[in-house]
Amino acid sequence: MSQNIVEIKDVTFTRGDRVIYKNMSFNVPKGKITAIMGPSGIGKTTMLRLIGGQLKPDSGDILFEQQSIPKMSRKILYQARKKMSMLFQSGALFTDMTVFDNVAFPIREHTSLNEELIRIIVLLKLELVGLRGAKNLMPSELSGGMARRAALARSIALDPDLIMYDEPFAGQDPISMGVLVKLIKSLNNVLNISSLIVTHDVTEVMSIADHVVIIADKGVIGEGSPQDMLKHESPLVQQFLQGLSDGPVPFHFEAKDYSKDLLSEQSEGDYQ
Amino acid sequence: MIAFWQNLGKSTIERLASIGRATSLLLGALFNVPNIKKGTPLLIKQLYSVGFLSLIIVIVSGLFIGMVLALQGYTVLQGYGAEGSLGPLVALSLLRELGPVVTALLFAGRAGSALTAEIGLMKATEQLSSLEMMAIDPLKRIVAPRFWAGMISMPLLALIFSAVGILGAHLVGVNWLGVDTGSFWSIMQAEVSFEKDILNGIIKTVVFAFLITWIALYRGYDCIPTSEGISSATTKTVVQSSLAVLGFDFVLTAIMFSS
Repeated sequence: MSQNIVEIKDVTFTRGDRVIYKNMSFNVPKGKITAIMGPSGIGKTTMLRLIGGQLKPDSGDILFEQQSIPKMSRKILYQARKKMSMLFQSGALFTDMTVFDNVAFPIREHTSLNEELIRIIVLLKLELVGLRGAKNLMPSELSGGMARRAALARSIALDPDLIMYDEPFAGQDPISMGVLVKLIKSLNNVLNISSLIVTHDVTEVMSIADHVVIIADKGVIGEGSPQDMLKHESPLVQQFLQGLSDGPVPFHFEAKDYSKDLLSEQSEGDYQ
Repeated sequence: MIAFWQNLGKSTIERLASIGRATSLLLGALFNVPNIKKGTPLLIKQLYSVGFLSLIIVIVSGLFIGMVLALQGYTVLQGYGAEGSLGPLVALSLLRELGPVVTALLFAGRAGSALTAEIGLMKATEQLSSLEMMAIDPLKRIVAPRFWAGMISMPLLALIFSAVGILGAHLVGVNWLGVDTGSFWSIMQAEVSFEKDILNGIIKTVVFAFLITWIALYRGYDCIPTSEGISSATTKTVVQSSLAVLGFDFVLTAIMFSS
Protein backbone atom coordinates (compact mmCIF):
# COMPACT_ATOMS: atom_id res chain seq x y z
CA MET A 1 0.00 0.00 0.00
CA SER A 2 1.31 3.42 -0.96
CA GLN A 3 2.67 5.71 1.73
CA ASN A 4 1.39 8.73 -0.20
CA ILE A 5 -2.14 10.04 -0.17
CA VAL A 6 -1.51 12.29 -3.17
CA GLU A 7 1.02 11.78 -5.96
CA ILE A 8 1.68 14.45 -8.56
CA LYS A 9 3.27 12.87 -11.63
CA ASP A 10 4.83 14.94 -14.44
CA VAL A 11 2.04 17.49 -14.38
CA THR A 12 2.05 20.24 -16.98
CA PHE A 13 -0.57 22.95 -16.68
CA THR A 14 -0.99 26.08 -18.76
CA ARG A 15 -3.41 28.95 -18.43
CA GLY A 16 -3.82 30.72 -21.76
CA ASP A 17 -0.29 31.15 -23.10
CA ARG A 18 1.27 31.06 -19.64
CA VAL A 19 2.91 27.85 -18.46
CA ILE A 20 2.20 27.43 -14.73
CA TYR A 21 3.80 23.99 -14.22
CA LYS A 22 6.06 21.99 -16.46
CA ASN A 23 6.53 18.28 -15.74
CA MET A 24 6.12 18.80 -12.01
CA SER A 25 6.21 15.82 -9.65
CA PHE A 26 6.00 15.49 -5.88
CA ASN A 27 4.24 13.42 -3.23
CA VAL A 28 2.06 14.18 -0.22
CA PRO A 29 2.78 11.52 2.44
CA LYS A 30 -0.11 9.93 4.32
CA GLY A 31 -0.73 11.09 7.90
CA LYS A 32 1.82 13.90 7.68
CA ILE A 33 1.67 17.69 7.36
CA THR A 34 2.99 18.73 3.96
CA ALA A 35 3.68 22.37 3.15
CA ILE A 36 3.77 23.73 -0.38
CA MET A 37 5.67 27.00 -0.42
CA GLY A 38 6.85 29.38 -3.06
CA PRO A 39 6.81 33.03 -4.13
CA SER A 40 3.50 34.76 -4.83
CA GLY A 41 1.87 34.10 -8.17
CA ILE A 42 3.61 30.78 -8.67
CA GLY A 43 0.35 28.82 -8.80
CA LYS A 44 0.18 27.28 -5.33
CA THR A 45 -3.60 27.58 -5.07
CA THR A 46 -3.86 26.21 -8.61
CA MET A 47 -2.19 23.05 -7.32
CA LEU A 48 -4.92 22.59 -4.71
CA ARG A 49 -7.58 23.05 -7.38
CA LEU A 50 -5.84 20.44 -9.54
CA ILE A 51 -5.80 17.97 -6.65
CA GLY A 52 -9.46 18.74 -5.94
CA GLY A 53 -10.32 18.08 -9.59
CA GLN A 54 -11.65 21.62 -10.17
CA LEU A 55 -8.99 22.02 -12.88
CA LYS A 56 -7.49 19.43 -15.20
CA PRO A 57 -3.79 19.25 -16.10
CA ASP A 58 -2.72 19.43 -19.76
CA SER A 59 -0.62 16.32 -19.25
CA GLY A 60 0.60 14.12 -16.42
CA ASP A 61 -1.43 12.53 -13.66
CA ILE A 62 -2.64 13.32 -10.15
CA LEU A 63 -3.31 10.33 -7.92
CA PHE A 64 -5.47 10.53 -4.81
CA GLU A 65 -5.35 7.28 -2.85
CA GLN A 66 -3.92 5.68 -6.01
CA GLN A 67 -6.84 6.80 -8.19
CA SER A 68 -6.36 9.24 -11.04
CA ILE A 69 -8.27 12.47 -10.33
CA PRO A 70 -8.25 13.83 -13.94
CA LYS A 71 -9.59 10.54 -15.32
CA MET A 72 -12.47 10.27 -12.86
CA SER A 73 -16.05 10.66 -14.01
CA ARG A 74 -18.02 13.42 -12.28
CA LYS A 75 -19.77 10.89 -10.06
CA ILE A 76 -16.57 9.18 -8.91
CA LEU A 77 -14.85 12.55 -8.46
CA TYR A 78 -17.66 13.62 -6.11
CA GLN A 79 -17.17 10.38 -4.17
CA ALA A 80 -13.44 11.14 -3.89
CA ARG A 81 -14.16 14.72 -2.78
CA LYS A 82 -16.10 13.38 0.21
CA LYS A 83 -12.74 12.08 1.46
CA MET A 84 -10.96 15.41 1.03
CA SER A 85 -11.79 18.90 2.15
CA MET A 86 -10.41 22.32 1.50
CA LEU A 87 -10.10 25.35 3.73
CA PHE A 88 -10.38 28.36 1.44
CA GLN A 89 -8.43 31.54 2.03
CA SER A 90 -11.63 33.50 2.62
CA GLY A 91 -13.18 30.72 4.71
CA ALA A 92 -16.07 30.57 2.20
CA LEU A 93 -18.68 30.22 4.94
CA PHE A 94 -22.27 30.39 3.68
CA THR A 95 -23.35 33.86 4.68
CA ASP A 96 -27.04 33.01 5.03
CA MET A 97 -26.45 30.34 7.70
CA THR A 98 -25.29 30.40 11.32
CA VAL A 99 -21.94 28.90 12.29
CA PHE A 100 -23.79 25.79 13.53
CA ASP A 101 -25.66 25.32 10.23
CA ASN A 102 -22.46 25.89 8.25
CA VAL A 103 -20.75 23.04 10.09
CA ALA A 104 -23.86 20.86 9.91
CA PHE A 105 -24.27 21.56 6.17
CA PRO A 106 -22.00 18.81 4.72
CA ILE A 107 -23.33 16.30 7.28
CA ARG A 108 -26.94 17.05 6.37
CA GLU A 109 -26.13 16.86 2.65
CA HIS A 110 -24.20 13.62 2.68
CA THR A 111 -25.65 11.57 5.53
CA SER A 112 -29.08 10.64 6.78
CA LEU A 113 -28.22 11.11 10.46
CA ASN A 114 -30.95 12.50 12.68
CA GLU A 115 -30.76 16.08 13.97
CA GLU A 116 -29.86 15.06 17.52
CA LEU A 117 -26.80 13.16 16.30
CA ILE A 118 -25.86 15.98 13.92
CA ARG A 119 -26.06 18.43 16.84
CA ILE A 120 -23.61 16.32 18.86
CA ILE A 121 -21.16 15.99 15.94
CA VAL A 122 -21.30 19.73 15.19
CA LEU A 123 -20.71 20.63 18.85
CA LEU A 124 -17.74 18.23 18.96
CA LYS A 125 -16.21 19.85 15.87
CA LEU A 126 -16.86 23.38 17.13
CA GLU A 127 -15.30 22.47 20.50
CA LEU A 128 -12.16 21.33 18.66
CA VAL A 129 -11.74 24.79 17.11
CA GLY A 130 -12.90 26.61 20.26
CA LEU A 131 -16.07 28.07 18.79
CA ARG A 132 -18.81 26.10 20.55
CA GLY A 133 -19.95 29.35 22.17
CA ALA A 134 -20.26 31.03 18.76
CA LYS A 135 -22.56 28.43 17.26
CA ASN A 136 -25.51 30.78 16.86
CA LEU A 137 -23.54 33.67 15.33
CA MET A 138 -23.79 34.57 11.65
CA PRO A 139 -20.54 34.63 9.60
CA SER A 140 -20.77 38.44 9.36
CA GLU A 141 -20.48 38.61 13.17
CA LEU A 142 -17.17 36.69 13.26
CA SER A 143 -13.65 38.11 13.14
CA GLY A 144 -11.37 36.93 10.30
CA GLY A 145 -9.61 34.41 12.56
CA MET A 146 -12.89 33.07 13.95
CA ALA A 147 -14.35 32.72 10.44
CA ARG A 148 -11.36 30.65 9.40
CA ARG A 149 -11.70 28.44 12.47
CA ALA A 150 -15.42 27.98 11.79
CA ALA A 151 -14.57 27.03 8.20
CA LEU A 152 -12.00 24.60 9.59
CA ALA A 153 -14.70 22.99 11.76
CA ARG A 154 -16.87 22.63 8.64
CA SER A 155 -14.02 21.11 6.66
CA ILE A 156 -13.48 18.39 9.29
CA ALA A 157 -17.22 17.74 9.70
CA LEU A 158 -17.15 14.56 7.62
CA ASP A 159 -13.77 13.35 8.97
CA PRO A 160 -11.87 13.61 5.67
CA ASP A 161 -8.64 11.76 4.89
CA LEU A 162 -6.99 14.88 3.49
CA ILE A 163 -7.41 18.55 4.37
CA MET A 164 -6.02 21.18 2.02
CA TYR A 165 -5.37 24.60 3.53
CA ASP A 166 -5.15 27.55 1.16
CA GLU A 167 -3.05 30.28 2.78
CA PRO A 168 -4.45 29.61 6.28
CA PHE A 169 -2.25 32.25 7.94
CA ALA A 170 -2.77 35.12 5.49
CA GLY A 171 -3.97 38.31 7.16
CA GLN A 172 -4.09 36.81 10.69
CA ASP A 173 -2.93 38.59 13.83
CA PRO A 174 -0.14 36.83 15.79
CA ILE A 175 -2.58 35.31 18.32
CA SER A 176 -4.94 33.89 15.64
CA MET A 177 -1.93 32.67 13.69
CA GLY A 178 -0.54 30.86 16.73
CA VAL A 179 -3.96 29.32 17.42
CA LEU A 180 -4.29 28.14 13.80
CA VAL A 181 -0.78 26.66 13.75
CA LYS A 182 -1.55 24.66 16.92
CA LEU A 183 -4.96 23.65 15.59
CA ILE A 184 -3.61 22.31 12.32
CA LYS A 185 -0.97 20.31 14.16
CA SER A 186 -3.38 18.91 16.74
CA LEU A 187 -6.11 18.11 14.20
CA ASN A 188 -3.58 16.24 12.12
CA ASN A 189 -2.54 14.16 15.12
CA VAL A 190 -5.93 13.71 16.81
CA LEU A 191 -7.91 12.85 13.70
CA ASN A 192 -5.02 11.00 12.03
CA ILE A 193 -5.48 12.80 8.73
CA SER A 194 -3.11 14.14 6.10
CA SER A 195 -2.70 17.88 5.75
CA LEU A 196 -1.54 19.89 2.77
CA ILE A 197 -0.81 23.54 3.49
CA VAL A 198 -0.20 26.10 0.77
CA THR A 199 1.47 29.15 2.25
CA HIS A 200 4.37 31.54 2.16
CA ASP A 201 4.52 32.07 5.90
CA VAL A 202 7.84 30.25 6.25
CA THR A 203 8.40 30.41 10.02
CA GLU A 204 4.93 29.24 11.01
CA VAL A 205 4.72 26.36 8.59
CA MET A 206 8.28 25.14 9.08
CA SER A 207 7.51 24.70 12.79
CA ILE A 208 4.75 22.14 12.15
CA ALA A 209 5.45 20.64 8.71
CA ASP A 210 6.83 17.12 8.33
CA HIS A 211 7.40 17.48 4.61
CA VAL A 212 8.13 20.64 2.59
CA VAL A 213 7.80 21.20 -1.15
CA ILE A 214 9.12 24.47 -2.59
CA ILE A 215 7.77 25.48 -5.98
CA ALA A 216 9.38 28.03 -8.31
CA ASP A 217 10.24 28.27 -12.00
CA LYS A 218 7.27 26.08 -13.04
CA GLY A 219 8.46 23.11 -11.00
CA VAL A 220 9.66 21.79 -7.67
CA ILE A 221 13.02 23.26 -6.67
CA GLY A 222 13.28 21.54 -3.30
CA GLU A 223 11.49 18.75 -1.45
CA GLY A 224 12.17 17.10 1.91
CA SER A 225 11.96 17.64 5.66
CA PRO A 226 12.17 21.21 7.05
CA GLN A 227 15.73 20.44 8.25
CA ASP A 228 16.74 19.29 4.75
CA MET A 229 15.31 22.46 3.29
CA LEU A 230 17.22 24.73 5.66
CA LYS A 231 20.45 23.06 4.48
CA HIS A 232 19.40 22.99 0.81
CA GLU A 233 22.11 24.14 -1.58
CA SER A 234 19.82 25.91 -4.08
CA PRO A 235 20.23 29.72 -3.81
CA LEU A 236 16.56 30.06 -4.81
CA VAL A 237 15.46 27.92 -1.85
CA GLN A 238 17.70 29.86 0.51
CA GLN A 239 16.49 33.22 -0.82
CA PHE A 240 12.90 32.17 -0.25
CA LEU A 241 13.39 30.64 3.20
CA GLN A 242 15.50 33.54 4.49
CA GLY A 243 13.34 36.19 2.86
CA LEU A 244 16.24 37.93 1.08
CA SER A 245 15.14 40.71 -1.27
CA ASP A 246 17.85 39.99 -3.84
CA GLY A 247 18.87 36.71 -5.33
CA PRO A 248 17.67 34.54 -8.20
CA VAL A 249 14.17 36.01 -7.77
CA PRO A 250 14.59 39.69 -8.64
CA PHE A 251 13.01 42.37 -6.44
CA HIS A 252 12.51 44.70 -9.40
CA PHE A 253 9.98 44.13 -12.14
CA GLU A 254 11.70 43.96 -15.52
CA ALA A 255 12.51 47.54 -16.70
CA LYS A 256 14.99 49.44 -18.84
CA ASP A 257 18.22 50.87 -17.37
CA TYR A 258 17.48 53.03 -14.29
CA SER A 259 19.81 55.96 -15.12
CA LYS A 260 18.71 56.03 -18.74
CA ASP A 261 15.10 55.97 -17.65
CA LEU A 262 15.58 58.93 -15.27
CA LEU A 263 17.43 61.05 -17.83
CA SER A 264 15.29 60.22 -20.84
CA GLU A 265 12.52 62.43 -22.22
CA GLN A 266 8.97 61.61 -21.21
CA SER A 267 8.47 58.18 -22.66
CA GLU A 268 5.48 56.87 -24.50
CA GLY A 269 2.72 55.77 -22.22
CA ASP A 270 3.87 57.83 -19.18
CA TYR A 271 1.64 60.38 -17.48
CA GLN A 272 -1.46 59.41 -19.39
CA MET B 1 -7.12 44.62 -41.88
CA ILE B 2 -5.82 41.31 -40.47
CA ALA B 3 -6.32 42.70 -36.97
CA PHE B 4 -9.98 43.40 -37.82
CA TRP B 5 -10.60 39.80 -38.90
CA GLN B 6 -8.66 38.51 -35.89
CA ASN B 7 -10.81 40.58 -33.53
CA LEU B 8 -13.98 39.52 -35.32
CA GLY B 9 -12.98 35.85 -35.10
CA LYS B 10 -12.02 36.21 -31.43
CA SER B 11 -15.27 37.88 -30.44
CA THR B 12 -17.30 35.29 -32.43
CA ILE B 13 -15.53 32.42 -30.67
CA GLU B 14 -16.06 34.12 -27.30
CA ARG B 15 -19.77 34.61 -28.02
CA LEU B 16 -20.19 31.00 -29.12
CA ALA B 17 -18.34 29.79 -26.02
CA SER B 18 -20.59 32.01 -23.89
CA ILE B 19 -23.73 30.55 -25.52
CA GLY B 20 -22.32 27.06 -24.90
CA ARG B 21 -21.69 27.81 -21.21
CA ALA B 22 -25.16 29.34 -20.83
CA THR B 23 -26.79 26.28 -22.44
CA SER B 24 -24.82 23.92 -20.25
CA LEU B 25 -25.92 25.90 -17.16
CA LEU B 26 -29.55 25.76 -18.34
CA LEU B 27 -29.42 22.01 -18.89
CA GLY B 28 -27.79 21.61 -15.48
CA ALA B 29 -30.64 23.58 -13.88
CA LEU B 30 -33.34 21.72 -15.82
CA PHE B 31 -32.11 18.18 -15.23
CA ASN B 32 -30.58 18.53 -11.75
CA VAL B 33 -33.86 18.78 -9.88
CA PRO B 34 -33.11 18.31 -6.16
CA ASN B 35 -35.07 15.58 -4.38
CA ILE B 36 -38.35 16.54 -2.73
CA LYS B 37 -37.14 16.35 0.88
CA LYS B 38 -34.06 18.56 0.40
CA GLY B 39 -35.27 20.57 -2.60
CA THR B 40 -38.64 21.78 -1.28
CA PRO B 41 -37.26 24.00 1.53
CA LEU B 42 -34.73 25.46 -0.93
CA LEU B 43 -37.49 26.18 -3.46
CA ILE B 44 -39.75 27.75 -0.83
CA LYS B 45 -36.90 30.00 0.35
CA GLN B 46 -36.28 31.15 -3.22
CA LEU B 47 -40.00 31.60 -3.94
CA TYR B 48 -40.03 33.94 -0.95
CA SER B 49 -37.01 36.02 -2.00
CA VAL B 50 -37.63 35.99 -5.77
CA GLY B 51 -41.44 36.06 -5.79
CA PHE B 52 -42.91 37.26 -2.51
CA LEU B 53 -40.44 40.09 -2.04
CA SER B 54 -41.28 41.33 -5.57
CA LEU B 55 -44.98 41.56 -4.67
CA ILE B 56 -44.95 45.13 -3.35
CA ILE B 57 -43.36 46.68 -6.45
CA VAL B 58 -45.67 44.63 -8.72
CA ILE B 59 -48.85 45.54 -6.82
CA VAL B 60 -48.03 49.25 -6.57
CA SER B 61 -47.02 49.43 -10.25
CA GLY B 62 -50.10 47.47 -11.33
CA LEU B 63 -52.38 49.77 -9.35
CA PHE B 64 -50.93 52.96 -10.83
CA ILE B 65 -50.77 51.63 -14.37
CA GLY B 66 -54.42 50.52 -14.13
CA MET B 67 -55.43 53.94 -12.81
CA VAL B 68 -53.52 55.79 -15.55
CA LEU B 69 -54.98 53.49 -18.23
CA ALA B 70 -58.49 54.25 -16.96
CA LEU B 71 -57.85 58.00 -16.98
CA GLN B 72 -56.35 57.99 -20.48
CA GLY B 73 -58.93 55.55 -21.84
CA TYR B 74 -61.85 57.44 -20.38
CA THR B 75 -60.74 60.72 -21.98
CA VAL B 76 -60.62 59.13 -25.46
CA LEU B 77 -63.71 56.89 -25.11
CA GLN B 78 -65.85 59.71 -23.73
CA GLY B 79 -65.38 61.57 -27.04
CA TYR B 80 -67.23 58.75 -28.80
CA GLY B 81 -69.72 58.17 -26.02
CA ALA B 82 -68.19 54.75 -25.49
CA GLU B 83 -66.97 55.10 -21.90
CA GLY B 84 -68.81 51.85 -21.11
CA SER B 85 -66.04 50.04 -23.01
CA LEU B 86 -63.44 51.18 -20.47
CA GLY B 87 -63.53 47.76 -18.79
CA PRO B 88 -62.49 45.67 -21.83
CA LEU B 89 -59.96 48.33 -22.93
CA VAL B 90 -58.15 48.17 -19.62
CA ALA B 91 -58.49 44.39 -19.24
CA LEU B 92 -57.23 43.59 -22.74
CA SER B 93 -54.31 46.04 -22.48
CA LEU B 94 -53.27 44.55 -19.17
CA LEU B 95 -53.81 40.86 -19.87
CA ARG B 96 -52.34 40.79 -23.37
CA GLU B 97 -49.53 43.28 -23.11
CA LEU B 98 -48.85 45.46 -20.10
CA GLY B 99 -49.23 42.76 -17.47
CA PRO B 100 -46.64 40.36 -18.92
CA VAL B 101 -44.23 43.03 -20.24
CA VAL B 102 -44.21 45.49 -17.35
CA THR B 103 -44.07 42.68 -14.77
CA ALA B 104 -41.17 41.15 -16.69
CA LEU B 105 -39.29 44.47 -16.75
CA LEU B 106 -39.93 44.97 -13.02
CA PHE B 107 -38.95 41.36 -12.33
CA ALA B 108 -35.70 41.78 -14.26
CA GLY B 109 -34.84 44.91 -12.26
CA ARG B 110 -35.94 43.60 -8.86
CA ALA B 111 -35.31 39.84 -8.86
CA GLY B 112 -33.01 39.28 -11.87
CA SER B 113 -30.40 41.76 -10.66
CA ALA B 114 -30.58 40.29 -7.13
CA LEU B 115 -30.04 36.75 -8.47
CA THR B 116 -26.99 37.82 -10.50
CA ALA B 117 -25.45 39.79 -7.65
CA GLU B 118 -26.07 36.99 -5.13
CA ILE B 119 -24.55 34.24 -7.27
CA GLY B 120 -21.70 36.54 -8.37
CA LEU B 121 -20.84 37.27 -4.75
CA MET B 122 -21.06 33.58 -3.88
CA LYS B 123 -18.51 33.01 -6.64
CA ALA B 124 -16.26 35.87 -5.45
CA THR B 125 -16.29 34.60 -1.86
CA GLU B 126 -15.48 31.05 -3.04
CA GLN B 127 -18.80 29.66 -1.77
CA LEU B 128 -19.47 27.96 -5.11
CA SER B 129 -15.99 26.41 -5.17
CA SER B 130 -16.43 25.32 -1.59
CA LEU B 131 -19.72 23.57 -2.49
CA GLU B 132 -17.95 21.75 -5.31
CA MET B 133 -15.18 20.68 -2.97
CA MET B 134 -17.84 19.37 -0.56
CA ALA B 135 -19.07 17.16 -3.42
CA ILE B 136 -22.26 19.20 -3.76
CA ASP B 137 -23.20 20.30 -7.26
CA PRO B 138 -23.81 24.10 -7.23
CA LEU B 139 -26.12 23.69 -10.23
CA LYS B 140 -28.34 21.46 -8.14
CA ARG B 141 -28.06 23.33 -4.83
CA ILE B 142 -27.89 26.96 -5.99
CA VAL B 143 -28.99 27.33 -9.62
CA ALA B 144 -31.91 24.88 -9.93
CA PRO B 145 -34.05 26.19 -7.00
CA ARG B 146 -33.61 29.77 -8.20
CA PHE B 147 -34.50 28.83 -11.77
CA TRP B 148 -37.71 27.07 -10.78
CA ALA B 149 -38.61 29.82 -8.31
CA GLY B 150 -38.37 32.35 -11.17
CA MET B 151 -40.42 30.15 -13.49
CA ILE B 152 -43.19 29.73 -10.90
CA SER B 153 -43.35 33.20 -9.39
CA MET B 154 -43.12 35.44 -12.46
CA PRO B 155 -46.38 34.23 -14.15
CA LEU B 156 -48.19 34.55 -10.80
CA LEU B 157 -46.81 38.06 -10.33
CA ALA B 158 -48.01 39.01 -13.83
CA LEU B 159 -51.53 37.74 -13.06
CA ILE B 160 -51.54 39.71 -9.79
CA PHE B 161 -50.31 42.78 -11.71
CA SER B 162 -53.21 42.54 -14.18
CA ALA B 163 -55.80 41.89 -11.47
CA VAL B 164 -54.62 44.84 -9.37
CA GLY B 165 -54.45 46.99 -12.54
CA ILE B 166 -58.11 46.21 -13.31
CA LEU B 167 -59.09 47.08 -9.72
CA GLY B 168 -57.14 50.36 -10.08
CA ALA B 169 -58.99 51.11 -13.31
CA HIS B 170 -62.29 50.36 -11.57
CA LEU B 171 -61.33 52.73 -8.77
CA VAL B 172 -60.68 55.60 -11.19
CA GLY B 173 -63.20 54.77 -13.92
CA VAL B 174 -66.21 53.75 -11.80
CA ASN B 175 -65.69 55.29 -8.37
CA TRP B 176 -64.18 58.57 -9.53
CA LEU B 177 -65.22 59.26 -13.13
CA GLY B 178 -68.67 57.66 -12.87
CA VAL B 179 -68.61 54.89 -15.46
CA ASP B 180 -71.42 52.42 -14.83
CA THR B 181 -70.09 49.52 -12.79
CA GLY B 182 -72.41 47.01 -14.51
CA SER B 183 -71.20 47.88 -18.00
CA PHE B 184 -67.57 48.03 -16.77
CA TRP B 185 -67.68 44.39 -15.65
CA SER B 186 -70.20 42.88 -18.08
CA ILE B 187 -68.63 44.24 -21.30
CA MET B 188 -65.23 43.16 -19.96
CA GLN B 189 -66.58 39.66 -19.31
CA ALA B 190 -68.08 39.51 -22.80
CA GLU B 191 -65.01 40.82 -24.62
CA VAL B 192 -62.17 39.03 -22.81
CA SER B 193 -61.60 35.49 -24.05
CA PHE B 194 -59.89 33.03 -21.71
CA GLU B 195 -57.94 31.26 -24.44
CA LYS B 196 -57.02 34.18 -26.64
CA ASP B 197 -56.30 36.78 -24.00
CA ILE B 198 -55.62 35.24 -20.61
CA LEU B 199 -53.87 32.04 -21.75
CA ASN B 200 -51.75 33.84 -24.35
CA GLY B 201 -50.77 36.35 -21.67
CA ILE B 202 -49.73 33.52 -19.37
CA ILE B 203 -47.69 31.89 -22.17
CA LYS B 204 -45.91 35.21 -22.66
CA THR B 205 -45.06 35.46 -18.96
CA VAL B 206 -43.71 31.90 -18.91
CA VAL B 207 -41.41 32.74 -21.85
CA PHE B 208 -40.29 35.98 -20.18
CA ALA B 209 -39.70 34.21 -16.87
CA PHE B 210 -37.53 31.65 -18.65
CA LEU B 211 -35.49 34.35 -20.41
CA ILE B 212 -34.96 36.57 -17.37
CA THR B 213 -34.11 33.78 -14.93
CA TRP B 214 -31.76 32.11 -17.39
CA ILE B 215 -29.91 35.35 -18.21
CA ALA B 216 -29.72 36.36 -14.52
CA LEU B 217 -28.38 32.99 -13.36
CA TYR B 218 -25.91 32.68 -16.21
CA ARG B 219 -24.57 36.22 -15.75
CA GLY B 220 -24.02 35.59 -12.04
CA TYR B 221 -22.47 32.16 -12.52
CA ASP B 222 -20.18 33.31 -15.33
CA CYS B 223 -19.15 36.71 -13.91
CA ILE B 224 -15.59 37.76 -13.23
CA PRO B 225 -15.41 37.37 -9.42
CA THR B 226 -14.42 40.97 -8.61
CA SER B 227 -16.52 43.96 -7.54
CA GLU B 228 -16.25 45.39 -11.06
CA GLY B 229 -17.15 42.03 -12.62
CA ILE B 230 -20.25 41.62 -10.45
CA SER B 231 -21.39 45.18 -11.15
CA SER B 232 -20.98 44.64 -14.89
CA ALA B 233 -22.80 41.27 -14.74
CA THR B 234 -25.73 42.83 -12.85
CA THR B 235 -26.02 45.62 -15.42
CA LYS B 236 -25.88 43.07 -18.24
CA THR B 237 -28.67 41.05 -16.62
CA VAL B 238 -31.03 44.03 -16.50
CA VAL B 239 -30.16 45.34 -19.98
CA GLN B 240 -30.11 41.99 -21.78
CA SER B 241 -33.20 40.55 -20.13
CA SER B 242 -35.19 43.78 -20.71
CA LEU B 243 -34.21 43.78 -24.40
CA ALA B 244 -34.92 40.05 -24.71
CA VAL B 245 -38.38 40.57 -23.15
CA LEU B 246 -39.25 43.41 -25.54
CA GLY B 247 -37.93 41.51 -28.59
CA PHE B 248 -39.73 38.28 -27.72
CA ASP B 249 -42.89 40.23 -26.89
CA PHE B 250 -43.04 41.49 -30.46
CA VAL B 251 -42.49 38.01 -31.89
CA LEU B 252 -45.06 36.40 -29.57
CA THR B 253 -47.62 39.14 -30.21
CA ALA B 254 -47.14 38.70 -33.96
CA ILE B 255 -47.70 34.94 -33.63
CA MET B 256 -50.61 35.13 -31.17
CA PHE B 257 -52.67 38.10 -32.20
CA SER B 258 -52.00 38.88 -35.88
CA SER B 259 -54.74 37.34 -37.94
